[in-house]
Amino acid sequence: MSTRKPANCACALALVLAWGVAFAEGPGLGKPLEPAEIAAWDISIMPDGTGLPPGGGTPAQGEHIYAQKCAVCHGENAKGGVNAALVGGRALTSGIDTPKTIANFWPYSTTVFDFIRRAMPWQQPRSLTDNEVYALTAYILAENKLIGQDDSMNAETLPKVRMPNRDGFIIRFPDKI
Amino acid sequence: MKTDPSRWQPVAGNGLLDRRAFLRSGAAVAAAMSAYTLTRAAAAEPLADDPWSTVPGATVPDYGVRSRFEKNVVRTLSNPKAEPRTQHARTPHHLLHGTTTPNGLHFVISHAGDPDVDPDRHRLVIHGLVKRPLVFTLEALARYPMVSRVSFVECGGNSAPMFSREPIQASVQALHGLCSCAEWTGVPLSVLLDETGIDPKAKWLIAEGADAPALSRSVPMTKALDDAMIALYQNGERLMPGNGYPMRLLLPGWEGNMNVKWLRRLKLVEAPAMSYYEARTYAPILPNGKAYQFFFLQEVKSFITHPSFGLKLNGPGFYEISGIAYSASGRISKVMVSADGGSTWAQAALQEPVLSKAFTRFRAPWRWDGGPAVLQSRAWDEAGNAQPTRAQIVAQRGQARGVPPVTGFPSQHYNGVTSWAVERDGEVKHVYA
Repeated sequence: MSTRKPANCACALALVLAWGVAFAEGPGLGKPLEPAEIAAWDISIMPDGTGLPPGGGTPAQGEHIYAQKCAVCHGENAKGGVNAALVGGRALTSGIDTPKTIANFWPYSTTVFDFIRRAMPWQQPRSLTDNEVYALTAYILAENKLIGQDDSMNAETLPKVRMPNRDGFIIRFPDKI
Repeated sequence: MKTDPSRWQPVAGNGLLDRRAFLRSGAAVAAAMSAYTLTRAAAAEPLADDPWSTVPGATVPDYGVRSRFEKNVVRTLSNPKAEPRTQHARTPHHLLHGTTTPNGLHFVISHAGDPDVDPDRHRLVIHGLVKRPLVFTLEALARYPMVSRVSFVECGGNSAPMFSREPIQASVQALHGLCSCAEWTGVPLSVLLDETGIDPKAKWLIAEGADAPALSRSVPMTKALDDAMIALYQNGERLMPGNGYPMRLLLPGWEGNMNVKWLRRLKLVEAPAMSYYEARTYAPILPNGKAYQFFFLQEVKSFITHPSFGLKLNGPGFYEISGIAYSASGRISKVMVSADGGSTWAQAALQEPVLSKAFTRFRAPWRWDGGPAVLQSRAWDEAGNAQPTRAQIVAQRGQARGVPPVTGFPSQHYNGVTSWAVERDGEVKHVYA
């Protein structure tokens, strides 16, 4: 879809000449900005690890933070409370309404880091340091036996964690991608 | 008006009449109609002025509110005390008519409440695989050429109670209340992407909200460049806070959660982010243990709103069966209605204009003989897709192991048939048929 019409070209060109704006089309009312200005908002983490920040953390560090900031909702040892369990999970063949867990469902480890960092703790999202997020991610992955108890999670190691259900998906409408 | 006796002949079982009967007969048939809520006791005394007719009325308010007699027409709330979990507000389809959902009754799902966004401080950033990253204020966006379009928005989890093994006795609001339809006005996303320029490597964009959980979803660039809009207005006024004030991404026909509210950032990328809601929540598990990913489309669907559970019929006679149909794949081309549980079908009239990816109101005249009846509707869209029966959905997608809570989500993306059983006393029950 485009609002461009050939008849407008001369007019747009005149605007470019008159105002010196960089855009040949449209109102051009967006303000350019530098990557440094976007950095604080640019929190997307990709499955290949793109976007992961410096730092790191271990399951032992994460266990301490978990008890302070997460257990109130997700229960002791991440076994579930008023909100979902973060450890364990039944086989997905037990029914279409099987509770989806990190261990039985989530295809990528990076989603754990991304979601904790952007959305947790529920009452104070984006209050955790990157090291705390790495440590909590390490703790949850270790409790699920997806990494060892001494494995540190960082930008190098986290994307390499292979999730059990990585190949468990069928793209519903591939022609729409 | 000349009477045509043929219009009173049923065209399908259990009293379904020709959909054109009303068009031909006008007021004569309307006068013969029974209603779901009117009583018949009114005309026993001579007509006289009522009290409100003999005194001046109330002060006209600066922002209109509906009659005090309509206070029961409200959304139902899943989490009214804002406990630390998602809140759902469902549209009362059985108490509304037409095709437009009033703004105060539009469904809302907020995963951590509705943020109190100051429109003067809100910003929309477009960056990533673009030639020029740009930031837009609301004031700037409001100066762009705008478009309006009517579009439904439906949660990917709408109708989830239909996966229950037994039919849950609940209203159309409880079963199907997580979808609504409005006229949205805003700036085509393609116009803004023209200004940022697009790196050819960009195949997706990540859309992110300014809400507490910074909700994010990955959207294919093909959809972004097709009919995506940065919506600023909803039915003529600025968006409601629960619907994304001051701006949301509108992806007509696509899974509600992807229509990111309080939109603050669009990042063009090569591959999807596999965010929480796409990697986990809206990926329904299949009976073989695999799961669908990137469902995107809210497929062709319909349900009867009148009559439906909770609306009692006041004795045998004429009624209009009416409901809503919609599809992500374009216009609704046909709706068939049955009054005998699917044995025979009559074609319903479609209220014009029939718009692409919008609610379409269907109507079918019906003479209820007072006996048991099972009402169903089935829709087709212009792409040739047929709404499946519930049995077809269950055969492909499975069903819950038991009877989940009516507010639960045993699976997602149910678009099968809904059946209402009218009992001899006029009560309407939810059944599987």
